[in-house]
Amino acid sequence: MKITQKIIPMAFVLSLFAGSDAMADIKIGITISATGSGAAIGVPAKNTVALLPPTFAGQNVQYIVLDDASDATRAVSNARKLISVEHVDVLIGSSIGPTTFPLVDIAAETKTPLIVMNPATGLVEPMDEKRKWVFKILPHDTVLAKGIADHMAKNGVKTVAFIGFNDAFGENWYAAAEKTLGERGIKIIAKESYTRNDTSVSGQVLKIVAAKPDAVWVGASGTPAVLPQKALKERGYKGQIYHTSGVASMDFIRVGGKFVEGAILPAGPIIAASELPDDNPIKKLALDYIQRYEALNKIPFAAFGPHLVDSVRLISDATPEALKIAKPGTPEFRAALRDGLENVKAVVLINGILSMSPTNHSGYDDRARVMVRVENGAFKLLR
Amino acid sequence: MDATTLLLLGQDSLISGAIYALLAVTMVMVFSVTRVLFIPQGEFVTYGALTLAALEAGRVPGTAWLLLGVGAVAAVLAMTRARQTLTFLKAIRILIIDVGLPALLLLIVHWAAPLKLGLVPEMLLTLALVVPLGPLVYRIAFQPLAEASILVLLIVAVGVHMGMTGLGLVFFGPEGYQTSAFSDAVFELGFMNISAQSIWVVTTTAALLLGLYLFFEKTVSGKMLRAAAISRRGARLVGISTDRTGYLAFTLTALIGAVSGLMIGSLTTIYYDSGFIIGLKGFVAAILGGLHSYPLAAAAALLVGTVESFSSYSASAFKEVIVFTIIIPVLLWRSIFRPPVEHLE
Repeated sequence: MKITQKIIPMAFVLSLFAGSDAMADIKIGITISATGSGAAIGVPAKNTVALLPPTFAGQNVQYIVLDDASDATRAVSNARKLISVEHVDVLIGSSIGPTTFPLVDIAAETKTPLIVMNPATGLVEPMDEKRKWVFKILPHDTVLAKGIADHMAKNGVKTVAFIGFNDAFGENWYAAAEKTLGERGIKIIAKESYTRNDTSVSGQVLKIVAAKPDAVWVGASGTPAVLPQKALKERGYKGQIYHTSGVASMDFIRVGGKFVEGAILPAGPIIAASELPDDNPIKKLALDYIQRYEALNKIPFAAFGPHLVDSVRLISDATPEALKIAKPGTPEFRAALRDGLENVKAVVLINGILSMSPTNHSGYDDRARVMVRVENGAFKLLR
Repeated sequence: MDATTLLLLGQDSLISGAIYALLAVTMVMVFSVTRVLFIPQGEFVTYGALTLAALEAGRVPGTAWLLLGVGAVAAVLAMTRARQTLTFLKAIRILIIDVGLPALLLLIVHWAAPLKLGLVPEMLLTLALVVPLGPLVYRIAFQPLAEASILVLLIVAVGVHMGMTGLGLVFFGPEGYQTSAFSDAVFELGFMNISAQSIWVVTTTAALLLGLYLFFEKTVSGKMLRAAAISRRGARLVGISTDRTGYLAFTLTALIGAVSGLMIGSLTTIYYDSGFIIGLKGFVAAILGGLHSYPLAAAAALLVGTVESFSSYSASAFKEVIVFTIIIPVLLWRSIFRPPVEHLE
């Protein structure tokens, strides 16, 4: 192992100084969970920092990246530091729910636009004085859940068992499942939970198998989502198993092996980028990102990295208008940038096509989602 | 709940109970010999499983580098401590044992990892990499404080746990790994499927527990450990080095932790921080056994396994709550009927 490669990102505070004229630079503060329990989501973002554009809208851009160690307190102090010491123009963060939610209050209090990289709907809804400073670069859970519910309805599924994390992630997905399935008249006949670090889910799975659902929906993320899938297969469950977009990384397949074959999940378009039709504008962006990420980091990309690129692209889209009103580093610029972010229309991102409005700060349509199936150790687009 | 479910849950509880039993017993041993509540016990499980996973993937596991680093720290400490009487030969000896051997091991791993030698050699290599960490950790973190209070030792143990978890993240990354099973065979017994792997876990555990029993009863080293557990001062008076018993206890604990890791790694996905919760359940069992009795701790571990798997069936959302709650009545009972005895040392 190359030790140096590991130590440099550890030493952290990865500031990329893009030019000499530091006074009028646009400053972007980023806090991510590069270590701790959210590291699986934070590390791909950290690995993406070096791919961010050094300039846009004719301005030098300075990125200040801090690690919040998946700790809410640290996320708060990072945000405070970025805003009051570094005077950033916009804040991006963080990777998981517990480190993201506290940032909303800080953004509103300091009148700094905040771009969140977490799927929770509650970050931007219901829209109010606080949340108007917050923009979500991920589609709502319901956009993704709709894909699962539609697929179930199309395949004649009548009853579903849900097994998910015993935390906010699992509960959010359960709420999304309840809503989307309810609209289609599909019944949830069992709800079980487990924790990320559990070593066995045999009990829960026995109960699910006994309830005989037509399909099972696993509300879990990353490699811990393999556990119920594996236990279900071992118990001889024959129905279709659905997962959330949280498992859309190669690690899921690496750990799950033959047990996750046939699993169906919704995901951002990047997961099946090479299979997208050529006229899809997302395809080029996504392939370009994958190529640059893998060339730089020498490891396969994960679907959590593009959020950072998309966030910066969104900012660069809103910057020219804001520059007409004020100079970077001033409260007026931050307010103008917020207004600009609220007015972006049909901007093409890796995550989808995004149009913001004063009431919707995560304005993705169904193009932000593809349905994929695990086949022969890869995610294959379902047509 | 029908008979099938009952049997399946029973099988599940036996497997997790077996792992918790191993951890509980070594925790009791380490505590009685060195008075350290060894929280990082679970980290050896993680290191064992993840080192094997790395070797299986043909990569050099981070633990190989860690061993070299920890060995170097231990060597420096040993030389500073012995600076009054340090001779050239002694220094060379320390360097060969603490730095030379890990370096040699690192070279072997560099050579062997890409060859993918198969499960058994990789398991042996894993043990060679992880087990020496036990006594080295003792020498660096606990030996200089051997006479400190139980509380200080506990705080140090928590520190070691955090350090080892953090290093685990650096070396193995945030994602989980699963190792290949010792055997993929599945036996059908009536309506039940029993995997060979689970039989292997249970028999290995039984063999290890029996081995520990024989070790304590029949060997001089085992008797030394027992003597040190009864009274450190008394043991020293009859010429038993408490430093040596400390090394021995930590070597055993690392060995059993790593073996548990090798067993559990194929049954479930292991993350860099999985060890803590597994170790904590072993700890609950050790407490239920009064941190004193080996058979009680082992039996309590089976109880913890059973409670865990039955509560995951009937109330999955409250599983951990239920498991950790069973400690409360025991603590109450002990504080009322068996008031704590202050150790006079």
